[in-house]
Amino acid sequence: MVKRLGALLLLLAIGGIFTSLLVGYVPDTELNDTARYYAYHTAADIGSANIVTAIVITYRGLDTLGEVTVLFLAAAILGLVLARGRRQAQARRALTPVGELLTTGSRVLVPLIMLLGVYVFINGHLTPGGGFQGGAVIASGVLLLLLAGPRKPFAHSLIAAVESLAGVFYVVIGLMGLVLAGGFLDSRVLPLGVLGALFSAGTIPIIYTLIGLKVGAEFSVMLSDLAETEELG
Amino acid sequence: MSLLLTAMTFVLCIAMIVAALVSILGRSLPIAILAAGLVSLVASVLFVILASPDVAMTEAAIGSGLSTFLFFFVLGRVRGGERDGEDESGSEHG
Amino acid sequence: MIHLAMATGFLLILIGFYGAVSNRNILRMIVAFTIADSGVNLVIVAIGYMPGRTAPILDATVKAGYAAARIIDPVPQALVLTAIVIGVGVTALMLAYAYKLYEKKRSLDIAKFTELRG
Repeated sequence: MVKRLGALLLLLAIGGIFTSLLVGYVPDTELNDTARYYAYHTAADIGSANIVTAIVITYRGLDTLGEVTVLFLAAAILGLVLARGRRQAQARRALTPVGELLTTGSRVLVPLIMLLGVYVFINGHLTPGGGFQGGAVIASGVLLLLLAGPRKPFAHSLIAAVESLAGVFYVVIGLMGLVLAGGFLDSRVLPLGVLGALFSAGTIPIIYTLIGLKVGAEFSVMLSDLAETEELG
Repeated sequence: MSLLLTAMTFVLCIAMIVAALVSILGRSLPIAILAAGLVSLVASVLFVILASPDVAMTEAAIGSGLSTFLFFFVLGRVRGGERDGEDESGSEHG
Repeated sequence: MIHLAMATGFLLILIGFYGAVSNRNILRMIVAFTIADSGVNLVIVAIGYMPGRTAPILDATVKAGYAAARIIDPVPQALVLTAIVIGVGVTALMLAYAYKLYEKKRSLDIAKFTELRG
C-alpha cells in the first residue's frame, strides 16, 4: 500500500512538472537558427527535396550510422538471448497447418509488399519515407512469409549476407565522401543533379537503399528469432 | 479549415487517451496489446495533421505494425503467463 | 492545436508510467512503456510544429529560396524518426528477456523474481 502511495506521489510530481512546462510553453513563430540554415542550404548543398532526409543522411549522417549499429546490436543480442530455445524448438516442432487462403494470399502479396518497400526507400529524398520506413515494409513482407510457411527453413545465411554487405557498403560510401568530398558520409560524391529528379542528391538514394536493406534484414532477423522460439507453458 | 483540423485533433487526442486507458486498465492482455497498437496508429494520423509525414510513416509501419507483432509472438509462446501478477489469480501459479 | 497535442503526449507519458508501476505482469509493463514512448514522440513532434506552415519537403508550392518562411522545424522530426526505430529495438530486447524470465520461473509476475531483493 505504501508502495502504491509512493508511485502515485511520484506521478503527481511528474504531472506537476509537465503541467508547468505546458502552461509556460509559447510556440515559436520563426524557425530557429539551425532549422533556418537547413531550410536555406539543403536545396543548393545537398539537392534533396525532403529536408528531413537531408538531415538524417548527410548533416547528421554519423548519428544514423550509429542508429543502424544500435539496431544491429539489438538484433544480435536478441539472437544470443533466444539461441537455446530456438535450437530446441526446431528439434520438436508440430505445427497446425496454415490455411489455403494465407498461403495463396502471401504468394500474391509478398512481391507487391517488397516492391512497395523498395519504392519507399528509393524515393526517400523526394517524398516522405526512406530507408527505415521501407525496411519496415520489407520486414512486414518477410513476416507474412513467416506466417504463411512456418515449416519452411528461414534463409538466415542470405539475410545475414544482405545485412553485413549493406553495412560494409554504407561505411565504404562514407569513406569515399571523406576522400572525394567534404567529409565522412558527405553525399556530394556523385553530381547533385536536378532538384526533384529520381537520380539526384548525390549518394543519398544509394545510402538510403543500403539502409533500407540493412534495416529490413535486421527487423526480419528479430521477427524470425522471436517466431522460432519454443512454446512454453 | 483550421477549425476542422482542430476538431479532428481533439477527436484523435480523445481516442488516443481512451485507447491508452483501455490498454493499461483492461483485464485482457491481448486487448491491451491491440489497444497499444491503436495508440500508435492514431498517433501516426496525428503526425500527419502536425505536418510530419516522415514520422507518420515510421510510426505506422514500425510502432504500430511490427511491435504489435513482436508482442503477439511472445504472447503466443508464454501460454499461462497472461494473468500472472493479477490479484485474484496470482496465487494459483505459485 | 499544439497545446492539445502536447497535453495528450504528456498524458500518455503519465498513463504509461502509471501502468509500468502499477502492474506486476512483465508483458503489461512493456506495453505501458511503449505507450509512454508514443507520448514522448508526440510531445517532440508537437514542439516542432508551427501553425499555418507545411511539411519540410520542397516542391512546386514550397520553393527552395522561400522555404524558411513556409516549412516547420525539420530537426525534431529527424530526432523522432531515430527515436521510433530505436524504441522498437528496445521493445524487442525487453520482450526477449521477458521470454527468458518466463522460461526460468514459468511466471510473468515480477513479485516472483526475488533473487535480487536485498
